[in-house]
Amino acid sequence: MAAMRRLIWPLLILAALLLVNVAFIPGFLSIEVREGHLYGSLIDILRFGAPLILVSLGMTLVIATGGIDLSVGSVVAISGALACLQISQDQGVFIAIVLALGLSVLLGAWNGFLVAGIGIQPIIATLILMVAGRGLAQLITDGQIITVNDPAYKLIGGGYWLTVPFGVLIVLAVLAITAFLTRRLALGLLIESVGGNAEASRLAGIRSRGIIVMVYAFAALCAGVAGLMISSNVSSADGNNAGLWIELDAILAVVIGGTSLAGGRFSLGGTVLGALIIQTLTTTIYSIGVPPETTLLFKALVVAVVCLVQSPAFRDKVFHRRRRPPSARPAEEKVRVTA
Amino acid sequence: MLKKISLLVAAAVVLAGCGGGDGTTSAGTGTGAGDDSIVMGFSQVGAESGWRTANTKSVQESAKSAGVELKFSDAQQKQENQIKALRSFIQQKVDVIAFSPVVESGWDTVLKEAQNAKIPVILTDRAVDSKDTSLYKTFLGSDFVEEGKKAGQWLVEEYKDAKDPVNIVELQGTTGSAPANDRKAGFAEVIGADPKFKIIASQTGDFTRAKGKEVMEAFLKSNPDIDVLYAHNDDMGLGAIEAIEGAGKTPGTDIKIITVDAVKDGMQALADGKINYIVECSPLLGPQLMDLAKKVVKGEQVPPRVVTEETTFTQEQAKQALPSRQY
Repeated sequence: MAAMRRLIWPLLILAALLLVNVAFIPGFLSIEVREGHLYGSLIDILRFGAPLILVSLGMTLVIATGGIDLSVGSVVAISGALACLQISQDQGVFIAIVLALGLSVLLGAWNGFLVAGIGIQPIIATLILMVAGRGLAQLITDGQIITVNDPAYKLIGGGYWLTVPFGVLIVLAVLAITAFLTRRLALGLLIESVGGNAEASRLAGIRSRGIIVMVYAFAALCAGVAGLMISSNVSSADGNNAGLWIELDAILAVVIGGTSLAGGRFSLGGTVLGALIIQTLTTTIYSIGVPPETTLLFKALVVAVVCLVQSPAFRDKVFHRRRRPPSARPAEEKVRVTA
Repeated sequence: MLKKISLLVAAAVVLAGCGGGDGTTSAGTGTGAGDDSIVMGFSQVGAESGWRTANTKSVQESAKSAGVELKFSDAQQKQENQIKALRSFIQQKVDVIAFSPVVESGWDTVLKEAQNAKIPVILTDRAVDSKDTSLYKTFLGSDFVEEGKKAGQWLVEEYKDAKDPVNIVELQGTTGSAPANDRKAGFAEVIGADPKFKIIASQTGDFTRAKGKEVMEAFLKSNPDIDVLYAHNDDMGLGAIEAIEGAGKTPGTDIKIITVDAVKDGMQALADGKINYIVECSPLLGPQLMDLAKKVVKGEQVPPRVVTEETTFTQEQAKQALPSRQY
């Protein structure tokens, strides 16, 4: 019940954004079947939002342990680059995907090792891979954009299965597995306890280090899958631009979803909503025709409003003036008299 | 107190001495290298498109064959990276600096620093909007306004018999970049003469395929009646083609597509009939750049504006040109 109440604000914001779109485009909510697949603005939001949702899911668990992962954008680029390189060299799609995801997990484990094994602060530890990872991606692609033409690979991010975008199905699967592991099993509790106090958890018999390495590896795996989706959607790998700044969008999605950056508590549903809000905002900008020069300002304003509306302190100040402590009342009357 | 001051003075003298010594030695090596070979610092925008990587290759290869030592730096689309790169070139005392500015404005300070260090600067591919043209020796590159005009002229010719309004959507390049500003302006100027041409939506696609696709998807939903797509580069156009196909329309027929650049993937799509017209923007300006660099270092006069030679392609011309295309 409490969890539902926390989700009410993100839900309202998402609904408001969708309403703005409906006001500008009458057929915004309509979904039809065209070319043998679902077609409509809502489908677009899900389809283009899928990589962000995945990255944000991974980010949620990392943040729940009190950490942060800045390197996911680079992992997105690396994974797409490696997969496209393998495919362009006539390796099988399956091998390409396994290699790309394997490398992603390895990179995530490296992050986890730096954080848990050596004790570097997460923001610094993952900054290393954030910067170096772009270089690695460019090394893989040789600074070029690798174009691939493989129908099987195309399916991951740009294809449809039974009229539903395949990427959305992947997200649903990952979400279901993550929710099961963290909410039906004890894993979620362990992650939250590590986020609350890693040392106390260790003394209580939880293997904090193992948990931390695992969540970073999971975040990187999610980023790796997102990287496959992004590169598959346009049938090309772009080491420079793929997943650029997605780590910031993901952190924003997690925060909008109500997960505290301090760790110790997380909400998967909130994160999904947060990511959808961000993608809907992007789509809104395109469809209502915000001029490109002011796009960033527009985004910033909306995000600021979203954050303010979510803050209980701000809401109390603005919406519940009358619920002030009684001692404040005489003062108000006094002012009125003198005026 | 007095002791402290004298210590400071002594330290300052020592430091100044070191600095002076450093200056003379590095200046010595600098002139020594300048006798036979030129050192060029080149700051590239990034590798955002096939065009850009072809441009990079051209510069690197022609530097090698011209015997120019190239210090290459990739700005990854960010002006601050580029300014950092230029400052490091100035510190390294290169003989000549060449760069493609990420955006048009905000270059005066760093260009002044180069001028004070007596290092000539050549702009390649993109211009800066600085009022002081003495800050750089020459600008080698395409005329983006002309490219936009060429695109507009084809459109006017194609629809000269049409009576109905022509709905155009535009995919702009990176906001604030010279090619985006100029290609937009040139195109708007030509089609502005006839009120039947209407740009009904215009958004930035950052010159990338992924953004081109995403923005075009949104355009298709918010504007049911699109006749023409004008994309500021091939890659955005290629992304948009996927979006158009996904919407059940035929690119090149239901929606006419005009792009700029003529990279290989774009030319292939043109030959396949998915794009209708491409205005070429040649990235192979390496050889011209090396010639200019040599002249500038020798102190010879160079024209302040050098335009690269370029053409346009229709679908038929693309089929013929495709086999011999280098990039």
